[in-house]
Amino acid sequence: MQKSIQKYAALFVLPALICFVIAFLVPMIMGVVLSFFRFTTVLDGKFVGWENYRRIFINQEFTNALWFNVRFTVVSMITINVGAFVLASLLTMGLRGTNVFRTVFFMPNLIGGIVLGWIWNLIINGFLLSRGVTVVSDPKYGFWGLVVLMNWQNIGYMMVIYIAGLQNIPSELIEAARIDGAGRATMLKSVTLPSIAPSITICTFLTLTGGFRLFDQNLALTAGDPGKQTEMLALNIFNTFYGRSGFEGVGQAKAVLFTILVALIALTQLAFSRKQEVEA
Amino acid sequence: MNTDHRRQQELWQRILVVVLALLAILFIAPILIVLMNSFKSKFFISSEPFKFPNPDTFTGRENYIEGARKIGFFKAFGYSLFITVFSIIGISLATSMLGWYVTRVKNTFTTVVYYLLVFSMIVPFQMVMFTMSKTANMLHLDNPIGILVLYVGFGAGLGTFMFSGFIKTIPLSLEEAAMIDGATAPQTFFRIVYPMLKSTAITVAILNAMWVWNDYLLPYLTIGIEYRTIPVAIQYLRGGYGAVDMGAMMAMLVLAMVPIIVFYLVMQQHIIKGVVAGAVKG
Repeated sequence: MQKSIQKYAALFVLPALICFVIAFLVPMIMGVVLSFFRFTTVLDGKFVGWENYRRIFINQEFTNALWFNVRFTVVSMITINVGAFVLASLLTMGLRGTNVFRTVFFMPNLIGGIVLGWIWNLIINGFLLSRGVTVVSDPKYGFWGLVVLMNWQNIGYMMVIYIAGLQNIPSELIEAARIDGAGRATMLKSVTLPSIAPSITICTFLTLTGGFRLFDQNLALTAGDPGKQTEMLALNIFNTFYGRSGFEGVGQAKAVLFTILVALIALTQLAFSRKQEVEA
Repeated sequence: MNTDHRRQQELWQRILVVVLALLAILFIAPILIVLMNSFKSKFFISSEPFKFPNPDTFTGRENYIEGARKIGFFKAFGYSLFITVFSIIGISLATSMLGWYVTRVKNTFTTVVYYLLVFSMIVPFQMVMFTMSKTANMLHLDNPIGILVLYVGFGAGLGTFMFSGFIKTIPLSLEEAAMIDGATAPQTFFRIVYPMLKSTAITVAILNAMWVWNDYLLPYLTIGIEYRTIPVAIQYLRGGYGAVDMGAMMAMLVLAMVPIIVFYLVMQQHIIKGVVAGAVKG
């Protein structure tokens, strides 16, 4: 059977593969190579070794973006997951209106990042109006603005994953714990949380990688203002590439470091999930 | 004692429902505030964003007309719709075929392709955006049809991964029987395998539709100057310098959200299921 399928390899493989090679594979290889070149278009490169990587750290821009990004990601990861878990617990209690609530809480997740950014630009500026400032007056407004925006967008998303996890807990397990006289706290610690460990892993890493990759929302809400102080990694890389000529190589080198960071997080998740599967 | 307990529980449940209802209102409020402001004159939006329009500030449809003219909203809607629909058709077809092939034919080539595709899912877009947009430019893919190639390429990872994951669970016997009866590989795939992939295809289509419809950077970098999709058109309102026309902005945000919300309310069950399946497997 394998042989008769192989006769049609071109038909089955080529459409997706050609697109993949053009859109991803060639640009990926070019990107890694060009991070060691000075260039303005992709064809005029001059080899400069590690120079681009060294130039990343000439000023504080990149490290500032990294630090802002880390703080943002950790804070929003915690708030989103706690919020989503609480909502998921409430929506699995069989309360009236559960379906309507689920529909409402999930909805912001479908709205695109640019639109989200502008919605919250209006709302946050509205709240800051009484102080006579705007969201770009102080980096702390941008920071908390982005945290609120991320929560609004992602709580519903993580909530449905937690709901799926909670609904998969066998009722015998809960019944048995109750007969053994487990109180609310024990139930949560010894039954609920261990049973939904896979959901926790998924949501933690989705919010982690989502936080680091964030671009559209950052661009639309603050565009990095004031003075690049609310610029996160993805936006900083974009501005390095397109902000002024002569820094394309530095942008590409930043992108390589960024990719390594995101890949490390993804691999950690994989290791975590594997471990859970072995334990389960 | 027992009825007391039950009454207390009922009371608690009622309180929780009220709390949830308040939260739900809080969740919808930003959208309603944008809707409300879209009918106000642009001079009053920033100064009194939480006030209802009154005879002095109400402008009717003006923001909608002005905004749609400024950014060419209906053209943008057309481009967004065209690109989204044909991208998901392309991705579903191309990746289901590749997913079947890499699952049924096991050799070094298919293994390498599979792992490259999985790898592409974790690479952030910034890594390839510059080189990809230059490549697209050189290959003349910088138009609404050419960009489909790019979307199929970037969507190939998730699509192949999900189809292949499902195909692994289908027993081989049906396909074997068909091929023994003389069916060729394409006949077997399209008549026997493809119809079984329906639920995975819906999941893949929904995940990709949400991504392509809302995507900003890829269309901005490749076709953004000549063909603006909705997100690109909205960000375009910010312009280079000077104040943003908040009136036009509010109206365009509303127009951008309406199709998504309608789509969501119609397809809700599929969307939530698809997103959960995508998150768990992806």
